[in-house]
Amino acid sequence: MENYMINMQNVTYEYTSIGEEEQLIAVKNVDITVKRGEHLVILGHNGSGKSTLAKLMNGLLLPTEGDVYVNNMNTKDIEKIWDIRQTAGMVFQNPDNQMVATIVEEDVAFGPENQGIPPLEIRKRVDEALKIVEMEDYKKHAPHLLSGGQKQRVAIAGILAMKPDCIILDEPTAMLDPTGRREIISTIKKLNKTENKTIIHITHYMDEAVEADRVLVMEQGEIVMEGTPREIFSQVEKIKLLGLDVPQVTELAYELKKEGIDVPQNILTVEELMDVL
Amino acid sequence: MLKDITIGQYFPGDTFIHRLDPRIKILVSIMYIISLFFVNSFYPYIFILGFILLTIKVSKVPIMYVIKGLKPLIFIISITFAINIFLTKGEVLFQIGPLTITKEGLSQAVFMALRLIFLIIGTSLLTLTTSPISLTDGIEKLLSPFKKIGLPAHELAMMMTIALRFIPTLLEETDKIMKAQMARGADFESGNIIRRAKSLVPLLVPLFINAFRRADELAIAMEARCYRGGEHRTRLNELRLKRNDMVAFGIMILFFGLVISTRYI
Repeated sequence: MENYMINMQNVTYEYTSIGEEEQLIAVKNVDITVKRGEHLVILGHNGSGKSTLAKLMNGLLLPTEGDVYVNNMNTKDIEKIWDIRQTAGMVFQNPDNQMVATIVEEDVAFGPENQGIPPLEIRKRVDEALKIVEMEDYKKHAPHLLSGGQKQRVAIAGILAMKPDCIILDEPTAMLDPTGRREIISTIKKLNKTENKTIIHITHYMDEAVEADRVLVMEQGEIVMEGTPREIFSQVEKIKLLGLDVPQVTELAYELKKEGIDVPQNILTVEELMDVL
Repeated sequence: MLKDITIGQYFPGDTFIHRLDPRIKILVSIMYIISLFFVNSFYPYIFILGFILLTIKVSKVPIMYVIKGLKPLIFIISITFAINIFLTKGEVLFQIGPLTITKEGLSQAVFMALRLIFLIIGTSLLTLTTSPISLTDGIEKLLSPFKKIGLPAHELAMMMTIALRFIPTLLEETDKIMKAQMARGADFESGNIIRRAKSLVPLLVPLFINAFRRADELAIAMEARCYRGGEHRTRLNELRLKRNDMVAFGIMILFFGLVISTRYI
């Protein structure tokens, strides 16, 4: 257990809406363990329960059944809830709706301020966090004047300033243009490789899953596939059946194979395909 | 048109005015407002104008930016002007139909309009040179003595911060929805007042729904960042009075005294 950042045991979550008999089961009997330092990608299309899963991971939602442990702390433990949220920071989809302050550095400081960190230490953390996401030149700017990718990087810095061990990103690129997406993806990679943060990245863009250590695919609240990106994406037909896409290059390799050209099925990047051809 | 509203919009900078303690700036603004109501002749306005221009100059906020802030309030200013000019009794200057313009009315109208303009410019200078966060910090600190009698100082301050933070976002959104509705044939500009008010419904409904959605998401994001009210909270920039603050406050007391004394001289 010691090495697990997040451990979900047989977790079920039901949404109950008032006045309705029918209950919506968003997450069904899920078992997940996330290792320290791992880069995990959770794939699934809208309504597959992946956002609910993310909110279960830092105590924003509590499981209807089962238990969620973050760094060996149960999210049901009310005493520990702030420690849990500090350990597992969360970045959301819409950068506009997660910014509290009108100045970049004050927004980054919001988390540590809530934790009651002394001002000098906050200043240090804010500068460090902005440096990691390469936004230190913008610290006096107003967030609404930044581009989407920049705003989202500021949001990431806001989480980093709380010094979490683990960062959960819930579709952080869904509202961004291609440039913004590239910025965020390279930031995520940097956080995982240089800052040794455990990353749980929830997305529906297949290309973003290629770099992960492990990929989970969700469908109707259940985990239907699990494995390395190579293992997952080589099963082109199964992925398509779930209504998802594979990375473009993988798709091309698959089509080539169907046409009778001998290429391996587990191609993930353009370079690999070029080498083979 | 929506982009022109400068109330609540911070103009970043690093000047003497920007660096002042927000508590001092709020107190100074309140004193400024009070002093305006003591003015009863035109001469002090020259002095006030000079003072305001100097403050704008020191704060390095472009003067056009400040003046643009008056635009949305032109309606109120002109109504005040009209009411005063037509309804004040006195020596008749000229008469158009049932409307009479008196000498007293004219001077009263100009006087009131000037008072409003100075009020708006002065207070918008406060929000232009103080980041909303430090502004609400200042309010929170100034109100904190009243916590004992049950005033939720921190909560009020937080609500204001968020309101200010979302002004540009919601304005942008209004613009977007307006354009989207216009692209589908909505007409916001023609017709009488009732028709125009009615045409705003398809604009306000999505705006409100979106605002509630945003509020919900923001609340979750704040919780995820460990927000749990004002208890045990520290600040990145703790408020501390410096020498400059004392200087500014001294200047204001002087200004206050001078303006008020003009009433009694």
